[in-house]
Amino acid sequence: MQPTLFHTQQWTVSRLTFYLRKLLEEDEILQDVWVQGEISNLSRPASGHVYFTLKDQSAALKCVMWKTSAARLNLPLQNGMAVEVHGKIGIYEVSGQYQLYADQIRSVGEGALYQEFLRLRSMLEAEGLFAPERKRPIPVFPHTIGIVTSATGAALRDMLNTLRRRMPLVRVILAPSPVQGAEAPPALVNAIEVLNLQFPDVILLARGGGSIEDLWAFNDERVVRAVAASRVPIICGVGHETDFTLSDFAADLRAPTPTAAAELATQITIIDLRAELQSYQSRLSASTLNLLAEKRALLSSLVSQLRYVSPDRRIQSERQRVDELARRAHSSLVHHFQLQSSHVKGLQKRLEALNPLAVLARGYAVVTRKDDSSVVSHVHQAEQGKQIQVRVSDGQFDAEIVNHQS
Amino acid sequence: MPKSSAQKEKPIEELSYEEALSELEKIVSALESEQNRLEESIKLFERGQALASHCGVLLEAAELKVKKVSGDELIPFDEESE
Repeated sequence: MQPTLFHTQQWTVSRLTFYLRKLLEEDEILQDVWVQGEISNLSRPASGHVYFTLKDQSAALKCVMWKTSAARLNLPLQNGMAVEVHGKIGIYEVSGQYQLYADQIRSVGEGALYQEFLRLRSMLEAEGLFAPERKRPIPVFPHTIGIVTSATGAALRDMLNTLRRRMPLVRVILAPSPVQGAEAPPALVNAIEVLNLQFPDVILLARGGGSIEDLWAFNDERVVRAVAASRVPIICGVGHETDFTLSDFAADLRAPTPTAAAELATQITIIDLRAELQSYQSRLSASTLNLLAEKRALLSSLVSQLRYVSPDRRIQSERQRVDELARRAHSSLVHHFQLQSSHVKGLQKRLEALNPLAVLARGYAVVTRKDDSSVVSHVHQAEQGKQIQVRVSDGQFDAEIVNHQS
Repeated sequence: MPKSSAQKEKPIEELSYEEALSELEKIVSALESEQNRLEESIKLFERGQALASHCGVLLEAAELKVKKVSGDELIPFDEESE
């Protein structure tokens, strides 16, 4: 057919390319595709993006992996490596080149392994091996921690260092086992069973990072069943954060890494213990000081009560009463004396008035007979010649009766 | 306190960290809540202090003990030589 000179539809390269790009981008299959091939022309410029060609015997496909996806690669890429690449087909318009924009790369065989992984997972899940209600709590303060891992790996070193740093009171029992290769699954099963006989409080099942083939032992049905059957709770820390194994699902707790497994097994650290001890010590002192203060207060209140009821006070008041009585007695005595003395004075006066000698002062005399000292008050007592004594106011003299008249 | 006196008499140096701490805990709550006779309280306090310092010593001296399963036995595991 001859092309007509003036075709109704005029395409520019750009428009055609854009049209093709739209066609490809609207195709669901092309936007989510796994392509198998061999890597060649691998290049990693400074930009961090990865460029390579995927080829087989008869065809080649340009591939780009942007920096962000390339950073997540855990497979070291090499020319000649057989891989499976996931991504979407697009067109690089500048060169009119269609290419695969890759976001994941896995080694060939990994795909088959992944299918096996999915099959086992759904089978064991259906059996209830991964059921949440099977998960047992991890003791917060384990005495003994069992470890199943390779005796020579970095994982063991990391875990021991973590335990030593966080909780050196812990006792560790290691059941060494190869963690990759054909001998790994039965050895891991045996290690788990042997450790169960030692009754640790928790078991760490761990392995450092690696490819999916390296970690495969932890997807082995025997190992997964042994994890589920363990009577001791298991923390599984295999590979890196992004790696999930079936042992992780069957374990009581999944840790992203071996170090994290050791951390999860030591929720209480020596720092917590120090703080706890410190708090007990201060409570011990505080409660004892309180008690002493209470007892002291009680004592001092009793002392003051005792002082209140003490006989001292009675004695004081009795003493005061005695003083009072003494004072009253004294004053009544004085009064009495005064009365008596004025009475005596009155009597004295009266006595004085009656003093016969007072009469003598007025010129009277008392005459007594010398012989018998009787008072001469009658004439018949005054016989002639009798000696008499005459008493006057200021003395006395003797006289003789010479004559008497009756 | 619910502890038997026989257990109380166990020398403090022979107590494990958990045993010592749990007794310390009981002593502290007894001192905080119960009315004890003064002499008894002082005795409790003194034992509490001894327990606390024993715990402190254990914490500071603690060294991770690592053993390895070998057959039916546990043998010391030497990290350096492995």
